[in-house]
Amino acid sequence: MKTIEVLDGGMLTTVQDLGRFGYQRYGVPTSGALDLFSMRAANRLVGNPDDAAGLELTLIGPRLEFVVPATIALTGADLGARLGDRPLPRWESVVVEPGAVLSFSGPQDGVRAYLAVAGGVDVPEVLGSRATYIRSRLGGIAGRKLEAGDAVHVSGDRPVLLGGALQLPVPHRPIYGHAHLLRVVLGPQDDRFTPNGVHTFLSSTYSVSPQSDRMGYRLAGAAIEHLRGPDIVSDGTPLGAVQVAGDGVPIVLLADRGTAGGYTKIATVIGPDIPRLAQAAPGDEVTFDSVGLDDAYAAVRVQEAALATIGPIRHGPDVARLRKVAAVVATVASLQRR
Amino acid sequence: MIVEFGDSIDPAINRRVRELFLAIERAAVAGVRDLVPTYRSLLVSYDPLRTTFDSLRSHLSELDAHLADTPLPPPRVVEIPTAYGGTFGPDLGFVAGHNHLTEDEAIAIHAGTDYLVYMMGFSPGFTYLGGMSERIAAPRLKTPRTAIPAGSVGIAQQQTGIYPVESPGGWQLIGRTPVSLFDPSRHPPVVVEAGDYIRFVPVTLDRYSAIQDEIQRGTWTLPVWGVTT
Repeated sequence: MKTIEVLDGGMLTTVQDLGRFGYQRYGVPTSGALDLFSMRAANRLVGNPDDAAGLELTLIGPRLEFVVPATIALTGADLGARLGDRPLPRWESVVVEPGAVLSFSGPQDGVRAYLAVAGGVDVPEVLGSRATYIRSRLGGIAGRKLEAGDAVHVSGDRPVLLGGALQLPVPHRPIYGHAHLLRVVLGPQDDRFTPNGVHTFLSSTYSVSPQSDRMGYRLAGAAIEHLRGPDIVSDGTPLGAVQVAGDGVPIVLLADRGTAGGYTKIATVIGPDIPRLAQAAPGDEVTFDSVGLDDAYAAVRVQEAALATIGPIRHGPDVARLRKVAAVVATVASLQRR
Repeated sequence: MIVEFGDSIDPAINRRVRELFLAIERAAVAGVRDLVPTYRSLLVSYDPLRTTFDSLRSHLSELDAHLADTPLPPPRVVEIPTAYGGTFGPDLGFVAGHNHLTEDEAIAIHAGTDYLVYMMGFSPGFTYLGGMSERIAAPRLKTPRTAIPAGSVGIAQQQTGIYPVESPGGWQLIGRTPVSLFDPSRHPPVVVEAGDYIRFVPVTLDRYSAIQDEIQRGTWTLPVWGVTT
């Protein structure tokens, strides 16, 4: 059902889901939402399964007109969303009326917002996913970003969710800021760097370069010293791989990365910290902290627990109760990290 | 998790990568999300909520110990009809001259070998091929072209390959095939896979056009042979 008319596409608005799996062996990148936490939260807030497709909005948001009633949720970055002439709350489901226009006044915190619509964005599946991969024009709306005049269709015949509104409790809503600590597991080629090089990597503050995109975040800062050159016989590139080429600066590989690469990878950013990097803007500070696999698994469980707190909106004293729950979750997380 | 079998480009190492790849596929190991086989290693992406590194490692070690139970299918040779030279291969003259050969000699060398597909990557449908003769090696272009048509066959140093989709690139172009190496509407989206061999078969421009027509009508079948070696 045609649900949204695109009045203005914004800077880079694409259809994304959790990604395209099973085709990396043929050289097809996974693509999918860069900030999977926000994408999944948006879906859950409107009653969708995690893998439903939604929109990823980048920095300068689009202008969208709803042509039928719909339940929506906006998560991730604060891009200054307005519904009509009022601010649109993030991290909760909202019912919009036909004729309502969603617009954005400009980024306040973070760079990528996610818009889910009950039912999920309906575009044809390509190789098992609706995610847009612009370089090869795969998925999404004609394999490209949204443009004025596009119609966004939603699956099913019930874009309005029955029952009350849902929210992610305030204590679990991320605040991004401009300094990002990313936890990494060292390897697979950390042995191709000098001890000094590994120390440089873990102790330096890097700055996000303007040449950062959905393929990867290039960082500027202290050069990391190789043991015997940056070249390896090509192997697979996991999500979050920190690749260090000949210039010694790290690049963190993200959803649109090539499936294999011929440069050394010193470490891998743990999954639950990728959303933080996905919200980093050029000039933001990035530092790395080495953790073990058990810490990484614990972080995954903490993130799942946060998503599981999504529930009906309550008012008054319940907020205090939710803050207490969050404090317990945070304490457990810090204990597990030790 | 990355399972490394070596750190060189070697058909025997590559074969072991593909053996484990196939064993994991067949066993449908719980928690495995995706597999990326490369020259000499296998990237295994897993869901940490469904399995752990340790349990996955012991599962894969077990599979690795019983690889004989899942023998690789016999390799295939996939024929890629290729029109060499002319507007399709503007750099054939350079490649031949660089190696003190005539164009026909360069074509005969390029088409005279079956190339092992070690892995796919770089871009959708791109094959990393092994086995090109040093006698037709040539440096990359000093200035890459901004748009190379899909199906272009090129040489860069001692590598040869086919551009699966239109893209920029710096390889010396020696010919073009009408065969589409990557088509997301097909299942699978590729016509050759890691472990196959590619054989370039020289065709005339007339034959190229005829094959192109057949592909468009959906009546073309790619010649595929078994290997007896």
